[in-house]
Amino acid sequence: MNWTSICAFDALRPESGVCALVEGVQVAIFRTYDGDLYALANLDPYSGAYVLSRGIVGTRKGEPTVASPLHKQVYSLVTGRCLDDETLSVPVYSVRTGDTGHVEVSLEQRVKAGV
Amino acid sequence: MNRIVVVGYGPTAHRLVETLTAKGFDGTVTVIGEEPRPAYDRVALTSYLSGVTLEDLTYEMPSGIVTRLNTRVTGIDREAGLVTLADGGSEPYDVLVLATGSAPFVPPVPGAEHAFVYRTIDDLDAIRKAAKNAVEGVVVGGGLLGLEAADALRALGLKAHIVEMSPWLMPRQVDEGGGAVLKSHIEGLGLGVHAGAGVQEIVHDGEQVTGLRKPDGTVLDAQVVVFSAGIRPRDELARSSGLEVGPRGGIVVDEGMLTSDPSIYAVGECALAGGMVYGLVAPCNSMADVVADRIMGGSKTFDGADMSTKLKLLGVEVAQFGAMEGALDVTYMDPVGGVYKKLFISDDARTLLGGICVGDASPYTSLRPFVGKELPASPSDLLFSGAGANLDVPDEAQVCSCNNVCAGDIRTAIADQGVTDVPGLKACTRAGTTCGSCVPLLKQLLEKSGVEVSKALCEHFTYSRAELFDIARVRGVTTFSELIGQHGTGRGCDICKPAVASILASLHNGHVLEGERATLQDTNDKFLANIQKNGTYSVVPRIPGGEITPEKLIVIGEVARDFGLYTKITGGQRIDLFGATVDQLPEIWRRLVDAGFESGHAYGKALRTVKSCVGSTWCRYGVQDSVGMAIALELRYRGLRSPHKLKSAVSGCARECAEARSKDFGIIATEQGWNLYVGGNGGFKPRHADLLANDLSSEELIRTIDRFLMFYIRTADRLQRTAAWLESLDGGLDYLREVIMEDSLGICADLDAQMEHHIATYADEWAATLDDPDKLDRFVSFVNAPGTPDPSIVFGNERGQIKPVMAR
Repeated sequence: MNWTSICAFDALRPESGVCALVEGVQVAIFRTYDGDLYALANLDPYSGAYVLSRGIVGTRKGEPTVASPLHKQVYSLVTGRCLDDETLSVPVYSVRTGDTGHVEVSLEQRVKAGV
Repeated sequence: MNRIVVVGYGPTAHRLVETLTAKGFDGTVTVIGEEPRPAYDRVALTSYLSGVTLEDLTYEMPSGIVTRLNTRVTGIDREAGLVTLADGGSEPYDVLVLATGSAPFVPPVPGAEHAFVYRTIDDLDAIRKAAKNAVEGVVVGGGLLGLEAADALRALGLKAHIVEMSPWLMPRQVDEGGGAVLKSHIEGLGLGVHAGAGVQEIVHDGEQVTGLRKPDGTVLDAQVVVFSAGIRPRDELARSSGLEVGPRGGIVVDEGMLTSDPSIYAVGECALAGGMVYGLVAPCNSMADVVADRIMGGSKTFDGADMSTKLKLLGVEVAQFGAMEGALDVTYMDPVGGVYKKLFISDDARTLLGGICVGDASPYTSLRPFVGKELPASPSDLLFSGAGANLDVPDEAQVCSCNNVCAGDIRTAIADQGVTDVPGLKACTRAGTTCGSCVPLLKQLLEKSGVEVSKALCEHFTYSRAELFDIARVRGVTTFSELIGQHGTGRGCDICKPAVASILASLHNGHVLEGERATLQDTNDKFLANIQKNGTYSVVPRIPGGEITPEKLIVIGEVARDFGLYTKITGGQRIDLFGATVDQLPEIWRRLVDAGFESGHAYGKALRTVKSCVGSTWCRYGVQDSVGMAIALELRYRGLRSPHKLKSAVSGCARECAEARSKDFGIIATEQGWNLYVGGNGGFKPRHADLLANDLSSEELIRTIDRFLMFYIRTADRLQRTAAWLESLDGGLDYLREVIMEDSLGICADLDAQMEHHIATYADEWAATLDDPDKLDRFVSFVNAPGTPDPSIVFGNERGQIKPVMAR
């Protein structure tokens, strides 16, 4: 896998997201309250705007989620599926904390959109 | 049956026409009214004197109805089937409905021509005019309407007296014991009560009334005398047309409301049905419904009416239901608290026959449905306040007497039509739409029907917003983690997080981006700007009251030009700058803050703007400085976080150019001060604000708004505007007045302190953000490439400005 270093882990605030530009692709990276990292495409498939990183992070029945800031559809951070509209989903990317304590993203999709 | 002519245009005529329209009547309907205006709500007539406008009281006529105002009908040509008019014209009919109403009875005593009556808007205008030069007033008649008239005189600033022929007040609603309690309540308010007294003469000097002489020769000084001594049916038209009338007046009708002519109906106060003339709104509505049904081919009958009454006069609750006598009666009397309650019971002590309440009308709601039925508990249990609230009302029991709706109808609406709230029941059944006294019962039926109206905020909290507010306030909770850890489950979501953020902001007023709080905010609050469809934001600097200097206007123009922003004037008298990317926001605000601007909170569930008209400084009509007041209010409440956005406006005179009555709190200047309206709303479901208080001084106005806002913030649901909050508030406007103007809950000092805290701790959140690198570092498009513009944001051009272009 081809990993791109993004920023220091500490630059991410708990329970919020940031956006990174990885080889021209906008990736939304989230840190949940327990320190887990998730990465989704930043493109909100419903509105067509690149905004998911600015959504509110939370849980639904224990599953970590982000809500689109435009029309409030909730997406699973784990599967990328929209939990309010089964026709919608977003790609999920691989993300990890590297040896140097930096957050790293790979554009290889863990879950492909629409799967 | 194609042409219906209705003579008289009062509430009953309106009800008839409205019901016909609702039933799909497809002929022509012509309504001929003597007054120069359409029908209006006479039950609420008195509110006209306290600032409610004629427009508010006027019923909206269904479309397609022909109305002829200011027109007197002079005769009925029953042969030809037409009515003749005073202007020489005529109007042909297939069916004629007489709804000519009644006239106030004025006893034939010397000087009576100098007295007023209390029935129409014109009467009220005349009384108001006369009261300007008067200090004392007398109302003749201590019935329901008489007490209302006395209250009106008192509100007009007069020392008021009530003269009643019977030995006690309201003899048709209460017995002697109830009358005594009522009297002490009313005298406690400074009114004079003269029961068991008649009128011998209205004393006057030829022009001006000076007093009222009682039969014993004593004179009550008064410059205004109002007769409210009963009504007489207006049956002169029927009489001259040869229709049968009763020996003491009233147009004789059968159980289908038909007069002695099979083409002519009579409804309302002019009709004599079963030997009775009815002067209350509920039976008149029932009559109108019967006639509408008959015209449409039905066979409904009017079989008399429940004359039960519940009202609040001069601050005293009075209610009467069912019979006013019985073999047995049980009385609860508390002279200290001013409460009198009595139940009438059959001789076997099993059946409830009726009841009387003064000072506490709660048995009316809980027990009226049981009239004629077996007592649901022992009488003494039922009479203690609060008891009886949980009784199961039988299906056939009438819930709303104004509109003849039974408990079964309500249960059907809930079960079959899925109605889940009171507004839904009102729309579906008409229950509660006239006098509103059954609304508590409607709520109870909803609750008991098992409709689970979950108050839980979301899956993470089982509490409502108001409950969470109290928890946070009482336990001093300052963080979301603490609240969800101790009182919720999971880690929150886009529903509870912003709601809790708002609660914490209302309570503590810290910066919305401080620490954990930043993660709770919707994107608008997180970036202190309004997100638009393409992911860019708009910027709205505060322009208090809509007043701005040329220098500041130029700065806004320069900023917009330099950052290439689309510029538009908002409805709230300020300027919105569109198309800013997240990384531009701090640069834009640096310029604005340096020029003296502050955040306008257009992005927050918070006070938005206080609009104003130009006011007395410039306007030739203005009576107060509306701009100055609007600026003072906007600066006072800026930054106040609330369950939903708050809008306000101040108008400098009754012309209302600032459109204050469409606002959460609107202020309209009067000669004496300010009228305060609350609960207005534009938006999806427009609502005119209700008059909360009138002629307030500036200090009183501000204190009342302080408390109104804080009480709303404490008790409203998430995203509930003041309009919906007020409609769902138990006890409505009266209750609100009691809480924030009479301090019935003893919380006013708390509310005041909370507002003082807000004002003392306000700080402009954009200035604070610019001063804090930790808050600023989130304003980047890409965390790994600061300074790189977002390539997805593309603009086109329209009318010389930018517009967003979406990739798809």
